[in-house]
Amino acid sequence: MLACDDQNSLRRTPLYGLHVSLGGKMVPFAGYEMPVQYPAGVLKEHLHTRSSAGLFDVSHMGQIALRPKSGKVEDAARALERLVPQDIVALAPGRQRYAQFTNPDGGILDDLMVANFGDHLFLVVNAACKAEDEAHLRAHLADDCIIDSLNDRALIALQGPKAEAALAKLCAEAPSMKFMDAGPRKVDGIDCFVSRSGYTGEDGFEISVPAGDAERLAKALLANSDVLPIGLGARDSLRLEAGLCLYGHDIDTATTPVEAALEWSVQKSRRTGGARAGGFPGAQKILAHFDQGANRRRVGLRAEGRAPVREGALLFADATSSEAIGTVTSGGFGPSLNAPVAMGYVPTAKSALGTKLFAEVRGQRLPLTVAAMPFVKNTYKR
Amino acid sequence: MTTTLYTSDHEWLSIEGDVATVGITDYAQQQLGDVVFVELPKVGRALKKTEAAAVVESVKAASDVYAPISGEVLEVNQAVVDEPALVNSDAAGKAWFFKIKIADKSELGGLMDEAAYKAHTA
Repeated sequence: MLACDDQNSLRRTPLYGLHVSLGGKMVPFAGYEMPVQYPAGVLKEHLHTRSSAGLFDVSHMGQIALRPKSGKVEDAARALERLVPQDIVALAPGRQRYAQFTNPDGGILDDLMVANFGDHLFLVVNAACKAEDEAHLRAHLADDCIIDSLNDRALIALQGPKAEAALAKLCAEAPSMKFMDAGPRKVDGIDCFVSRSGYTGEDGFEISVPAGDAERLAKALLANSDVLPIGLGARDSLRLEAGLCLYGHDIDTATTPVEAALEWSVQKSRRTGGARAGGFPGAQKILAHFDQGANRRRVGLRAEGRAPVREGALLFADATSSEAIGTVTSGGFGPSLNAPVAMGYVPTAKSALGTKLFAEVRGQRLPLTVAAMPFVKNTYKR
Repeated sequence: MTTTLYTSDHEWLSIEGDVATVGITDYAQQQLGDVVFVELPKVGRALKKTEAAAVVESVKAASDVYAPISGEVLEVNQAVVDEPALVNSDAAGKAWFFKIKIADKSELGGLMDEAAYKAHTA
């Protein structure tokens, strides 16, 4: 059973006690009590992840096994392709890829990771969406798959240039994994699922571990002086610098994968003319966006000044026009860049790199430039 | 002779004659976390008590700093604009925000002394 707080029914992850003992400042997030920061603070935690290694508790996220009733993983892959615009059939055993659940309007219900574990698929979905995602899977895939919610597992991310060396001490196979390799591995003798992926732009791993072993594993990783615990505050600033979308902010039911600049995540086989073109919710609209372009696009934004431009700020084509052309969907201060960074949606005609725009912040128009993402070069081990 | 007073919004005022130097408290900077941006009012601006006078932003969020009393801004501290981390390292000292000419001394009556502020944040 998950521990509940009687006053507000917030859930706790298996690492709650460890967070408190490490001085984590606990806040409500997606129905859980999660550490927003530790005593080091967001800035130091962010920079430490980029220079060394950070440990993140992401156990609030949903872990789901899709087990094919036929026993053939291709059948689970084929079934899942009815819900996502990605090529899952061609996803090789031991590999993982980024995907989106789309809706009939071409919008995004959630974004997720899908891994092929040889005899079944392993999914990681957002905490705030996991109940809806499970219901969605049951509603559409129950004839082909057993949808197995792995509620008894924690998820630990280990990110940064020293993540490989830190994990190698507990899992000899870790260094031989490449970016987006995923599968069952023993870590410190514990049966885990390990993927070489993350949400920071750094090389690193995500480790799914049985709930009862989670604290022991986290402590074993933290025993390495290169590894510090990192809260949700730095997780957000790291992913923002990496140009990665946060569901419910940068992508949602009103944004298509093309508008969200996620074309790279939709393989050719699912696009017009591909071997299995379409066949996912909203295919008509999403493929039209691929073929004819969308009217708006998610872009990266850099400011000229020091003032952070945050979510919700309106974007304007010039310093005086009264009509907003777009909105900032994520924004803040990028500690590694020592400068503000943001992303938002603008008309496609205003989305070219180098386009000058303005954001309205406290009644003032601040100049911005459309900039390439990621803002900080990623260091994935491909 | 200087007197230091506090607001319930976690600002401090150091009163010397009819001039008040205003900053945010050490408690406030701890709550904010790493400060990355400070915006100060223009010198000469006539502030009304409780109106937004300055902005302080951490990695996480932006917060307004309200005018604790009414009066004209006499001087601002460019050092905190140039180095916002000063707010974390020396909130009660080098990281003062602005100096204001006290318009109405009776407004000081509503502020807390150090003991009252300590009780407020306990």
